[in-house]
Amino acid sequence: MIPMLLGVSLLAFALLQLSPGDPLAAQRNNPQVPDELIRRIERQYGFDKPFPEQYALWLGNVFHGNLGYSFKYKRPVADVLWERLSATLLLALFSSGLAWLVAVPLGVWSALRRGEWIDKTVSVIAFVGMSLPSFFLALLLLYAATMMPELPLLGRLPIGGLTSADFDSMGWLHRVWDVFLHLLIPGTVLAVGALAGLQRIARGSMLEVLRQPYVIAARSRGLSEGAILWRHAFRNAANPLLTLLGFEFSALLSGAAFTEIITSWPGLGLVALEAVRAKDLFLVMATVLMGSLLLLLGNLLSDLLLAWNDPRVKLR
Amino acid sequence: MSLLRVENLSVSFRTSAEPLQVVDGISFSVARGETLGLVGESGCGKSVTAQALLGLLPPKKSLVSGSIQLDGQELTTLEIDQWRKVRGRKISMVFQDPMTSLNPLLTIGAQIREVVALHQKLSGKALEEEATAWLAKVGIPDPLARLNAYPFEFSGGMRQRVLIALALSGRPDLLVADEPTTALDVTIQAQILELLRKLQEEFGMGMIFITHDLGVVERISDRIAVMYAGRIAETGPSSQILSSPLHPYTDGLLESVPGFRPRRSRLVSIGGTVPSPGAWPPGCRFHPRCHRVLDRCRTDIPPVTEKAGCLWSCHNPLAQTP
Repeated sequence: MIPMLLGVSLLAFALLQLSPGDPLAAQRNNPQVPDELIRRIERQYGFDKPFPEQYALWLGNVFHGNLGYSFKYKRPVADVLWERLSATLLLALFSSGLAWLVAVPLGVWSALRRGEWIDKTVSVIAFVGMSLPSFFLALLLLYAATMMPELPLLGRLPIGGLTSADFDSMGWLHRVWDVFLHLLIPGTVLAVGALAGLQRIARGSMLEVLRQPYVIAARSRGLSEGAILWRHAFRNAANPLLTLLGFEFSALLSGAAFTEIITSWPGLGLVALEAVRAKDLFLVMATVLMGSLLLLLGNLLSDLLLAWNDPRVKLR
Repeated sequence: MSLLRVENLSVSFRTSAEPLQVVDGISFSVARGETLGLVGESGCGKSVTAQALLGLLPPKKSLVSGSIQLDGQELTTLEIDQWRKVRGRKISMVFQDPMTSLNPLLTIGAQIREVVALHQKLSGKALEEEATAWLAKVGIPDPLARLNAYPFEFSGGMRQRVLIALALSGRPDLLVADEPTTALDVTIQAQILELLRKLQEEFGMGMIFITHDLGVVERISDRIAVMYAGRIAETGPSSQILSSPLHPYTDGLLESVPGFRPRRSRLVSIGGTVPSPGAWPPGCRFHPRCHRVLDRCRTDIPPVTEKAGCLWSCHNPLAQTP
């Protein structure tokens, strides 16, 4: 886990060094900032040193919990990241939860009704959902939310941000509801994108398991179809889904950037993009680290769930 | 009266083209306490017959016709919830591959308790004791501790024992054993056969033992039905069939297995392969491979002839030794 993080950070650091421009470009171009000050900042952050030394300096700081300073936001990187990270995590959790709640039952249902019209209809809808670009769906929903106030719920949804303007004056329960309403549009957009793949995998996995000898053997003993489906088939079909969970989680993080930007969700994706464009070195490095860390955490989570579901998977 | 009476059973599968017939009008019966060995090469329709007996064939993809009467009850017309009352309690099944026939995610105990609770309406301590007793009955050492083990911690032979316990815990009248020893070592095979015979005697149940192994069928069957290409070639008492078969197919099978015929320099195999369903030849289905073939074998389906407890379907049977 540690070697992988080191490798990723080294690569990102090198790529940033190779690209033109530098973090202090804005300050350099400002005639009111004296050259003397810029040189002092360069010395302070080690920008005057050769590349390997800069990397070592940054790495040392990270190990001491210091992620550096964002020149774009003019605040410590940790502060910028922290609030953004929680917003992105909230969105990722909400949308993957939504996708799973819809996709898994739909997949099981399609498997049980394989080849019937319901299976075909679900497949077509799932593929339409997968083919629809996320930004387009986001724009459609935003359009409906702003221009069609006569629609129930959707017509009155907030069209951006994490909270309403009067959030601070709300009660506790009202705040949760407010965030939930703000989550609906970006969450739905992301969930629709993930839904089709999940539904196909749930369906395929279920079909595979329903053919297994232990399912037929269970039926031969007179067990009810419900017991066969949930006790014997579904838990076995869940393994590939749990493996997917880890990737799903990190994919949502990077895949969320588009949706975050369009629905102005104050998440990590938006920050990462702006940081790269501004060559805000320390902020870029921190978002890269966060991304890899979440990928690893996602995989850890799915490994733990697998071990919990399947006794053959042993944790060392 | 027979425990199981199968009359003119046919099974075909729906395909994108026309239905594919796999079992073609077979009839046989099994009495209480009796073992019928169902013998034939792969692809003769043995396993499909077994699954039809328990209604396990996918309903949308298969067509079953004819009559299956178990203890006077017609099974072919049962609905799904009626089947549930029959399976496990009146008719049960042991499968070919013990490695894949147990749910890998549930403990042995959970799987046994599930069926015992279903069939015997037990719970709590009584359920636990009954589950342990079943493991002991099928010869699992240290049964109480093994309840908490998972299938992957068991060997193939032990898993087959567990599967036998699972199949018998509802005290069925009839057990269908579909090649239960094929996937096991020879020494384990003998143990499993012995166990099945012991339990059959104890419960007085009828058994259909499906196999392609004549050595196995000799040890366990009272009567034998030989299947070929979806039909029954001949039926009769084991000793009769194995010592002096009437059908050239049975004769060919016996010629090709060591130990049944006086020693010769080499074993003789039957030329060719079993025709697959959909490619069955007209007349007698065995005629392209038969060394006693007559002209009418190629055109006329041989009628079933009965004599002294034997039934055969052949135009030119081998002489029946008195």
